[in-house]
Amino acid sequence: MNATINVSRRGFLTASGGLVLGVVLPGRSKAQQIGMPPPNLFAPPPVHKPNAYIHIATDDSITFLIPKGEMGQGPTTACSQMLAEELECDWAKVSMQIAPVDPASYGHQTTVGSQAIRSTWEPLRKAGAEAREMLKQAAAQQWAVDKSQTRAENGFVINTSTNARLSYGSLAEAAAKLPVPDSVALKDPKDFRIIGKPVKRLDTREKITGRAKFGLDVRPEGMVYAVLERCPVFGGKVASFDAAKCKAVPGVKDVVQTSRGVAVIADSTWAAMQGRKVLTVQWDEGAGASVSSAGIRQMFAEKAKEKGAVARKEGDIEAGLAKAAKRLEAVYEVPYLSHTPMEPMNCTVHAQGDSAEAWAPTQSPTTSRKVVADTLGIAPEKVNFHTMYCGGGFGRRGEGELDFVLEAAEVAKHLNVPVKVTYTREDDTQHDYYRPASYVEFAGGLDAEGWPVAFQAKIACPSFGFLRDGVDGTAVGGLSELRYEIPNMLVDYRVANTIVPVSYWRAPGANQNTFFAESFLDELAAAGGKDPVEVRRRLLAKTPRMLNVLNIAAEKAGWGKRLPSGHFHGVAVGNGAGAFVAQVAEVSVTKGKVRVHKVTCAFDCGIVINPAIVKQQIEGGVIFGLAAAMKGEISLERGRVQQGNFDTYDVTRIDETPVIDVHIVASSERPTGAGESANPQILPAVTNAIFAATGKRIRKLPVRLTNLA
Amino acid sequence: MASLKFTLNGRTQTVDAAPDMPLLWVLRDTLGLTGTKFGCGMALCGACTVHINGNAVRSCSTMISAVAGKSVTTIEGLSADGNHPVQQAWLEADVPQCGYCQSGQIMAAASLLAKKAHPTDADIDEVMHGNICRCGTYPSIRAAIHRAAEIKAQGGRA
Repeated sequence: MNATINVSRRGFLTASGGLVLGVVLPGRSKAQQIGMPPPNLFAPPPVHKPNAYIHIATDDSITFLIPKGEMGQGPTTACSQMLAEELECDWAKVSMQIAPVDPASYGHQTTVGSQAIRSTWEPLRKAGAEAREMLKQAAAQQWAVDKSQTRAENGFVINTSTNARLSYGSLAEAAAKLPVPDSVALKDPKDFRIIGKPVKRLDTREKITGRAKFGLDVRPEGMVYAVLERCPVFGGKVASFDAAKCKAVPGVKDVVQTSRGVAVIADSTWAAMQGRKVLTVQWDEGAGASVSSAGIRQMFAEKAKEKGAVARKEGDIEAGLAKAAKRLEAVYEVPYLSHTPMEPMNCTVHAQGDSAEAWAPTQSPTTSRKVVADTLGIAPEKVNFHTMYCGGGFGRRGEGELDFVLEAAEVAKHLNVPVKVTYTREDDTQHDYYRPASYVEFAGGLDAEGWPVAFQAKIACPSFGFLRDGVDGTAVGGLSELRYEIPNMLVDYRVANTIVPVSYWRAPGANQNTFFAESFLDELAAAGGKDPVEVRRRLLAKTPRMLNVLNIAAEKAGWGKRLPSGHFHGVAVGNGAGAFVAQVAEVSVTKGKVRVHKVTCAFDCGIVINPAIVKQQIEGGVIFGLAAAMKGEISLERGRVQQGNFDTYDVTRIDETPVIDVHIVASSERPTGAGESANPQILPAVTNAIFAATGKRIRKLPVRLTNLA
Repeated sequence: MASLKFTLNGRTQTVDAAPDMPLLWVLRDTLGLTGTKFGCGMALCGACTVHINGNAVRSCSTMISAVAGKSVTTIEGLSADGNHPVQQAWLEADVPQCGYCQSGQIMAAASLLAKKAHPTDADIDEVMHGNICRCGTYPSIRAAIHRAAEIKAQGGRA
């Protein structure tokens, strides 16, 4: 039998008042003033509700309900560690589930912005501590002693006078009837025994046996399958369609129009795909049909000449550039990128009149549930929503239109059975919300000794949709927060929107702006005849945590020491998701072919919950960033995305993966994010190494487009 | 539609399916074995890797008619209780992140080890090159394959 730690949840809610903590965004306060997504997205869950997170069964097994989604970045394990640490339970008895959508208990549930740990660091430990105190109180009452005569240890409450022990499972029911303590003391970090340990992930076993259920694996009784033909041009609409041949394909059950295309419904995914092949749709392509990458680039270049909105200003850039002993100018650009998670977009919805059931691999369950509800014209509470494992996310499944959920709900409206909408790989690549293309005009100045004294970046980039005084904080992120102390700096921004939909992509803003900033800084170092690490050390003298990771990475990589013949180093630093990161890439270029041999990464993300998971995120970030550096490009002709499957949009493979040497800094600082911290620096670290190897400066990505032979 | 017979995870299986339907969709949609994943549909990513007569094959590009009379092993049938040496090594190294590609990675690695008891890094590159992991678990995969080779050499138990 299962007893939640507080059986009377309703009464409990009233008692606790559903207090919501203020927004805490370490390292983001400045960015918040320059056009960022609404902060409520990052609000921590309401506190004082141990029952929402902790279920203790009478057999002593413990289930944690985790208010964050799992797309590989590990919060289901790390959040469990935070709960277990304060609960003082036996880690071996812990399992986890992703929590149901319940804003009253968990606030707005979303897993974006590397906030999973940052936003739950206090509330989850507090929930664990409250439950522990309630269990101690229950034991104290049973023994008729004061609670101070008890202590909690590894799943038992112990009577400190008699050494009698009561297991948590035996106390759960009694504890659940007790009031939640008004205040609890959290453990001193020096006493942590689960936080900071590389405990095994709680999701591994089901992921190595094929049992883990991703969105695409959902199979409710009676389900049918659908694929959609969408307009190849962004913004296009269905003019007319002919489904006669399609409906004749064996297995095809129906063909329906949706707001974004035409859906083929069949008794298997394959049959739906076969039907789609013979479906004829006439499109009203609209203005998007004339869009091309060349046209977008020209528009960016023209925009860059216009006056920008100031994102960062130090000193007087005009005077700084005018006085400089040496001046440098350069233009940098990056293309659109697709997220390309391994699990293509999908969602399953069963409309049931005034209620519904839905399953999606989503980063944003609360908004996903609302999209289903709004589409079906019912209240969100009427949707029984299941947050499935995400086969990768990287921002694609986060806040926004949640197109895959919308489409499934639209198709479900036509049916009285569950329907699963599946994107093909080509659909996923050609109907993404892309990492925006971006364009920056740099100007820089050096003093007579060759040290940087002026740094100007004019950014032309599509907006993510949130402007403040003309600045999109995400579009300038990574440049506006540059840690270098240069007396004259100006970073400004121009909205350069196109019809191509854009959204957040692992380390939004920073993933392109770190490439821009760290490359141009490298140019200034080279023009001044300085060592790239030496220049950074000097300019980071007042940012000790960044200086520290730079020094560690340089030392561990053997910066300045002899390398194997033909190997060269490049360095970059960055401040992603609150973490301080430095990377040194060791690269060779042979007959125009770039090989990244080794990457040394020093990483400071404050208190580490699980070093093994952080290491995974660093390795994964480097490999993810390498794909953007070397291969990734979404291009457009006649409004159509030119890439489709992995043959035209390839990503990093195992044989292209360097040795990744990770050094995590021990810290007592508050935890930062990790999932989006290590993918931006690798791009400039590699291109700076290519410059060291060849003398060629890569100012446009991906690298494969530059002839290095 | 045709009635086809093959061996699936050690048991005789009969399905009624269009002869050109890929094995992947027969497994997932018809038979409900969802451990084998759809990633690309063109044998470009390896997420759908299964064994046919012991060889690693991309099920998304293998017509069911070509499977008739053969023996298919999926991730669900690789071992009785998740204790294949590759799975043991994967568990030890906590390889998966999102996990979506891992069925295919494990099936590819198991096939490699069946053919080469002690694969070199170059062997691993050659075989595993076709299996994409977007989370970037490649360093763990490489280490785990070497470890699985050790486990196998010790008789299959870590």
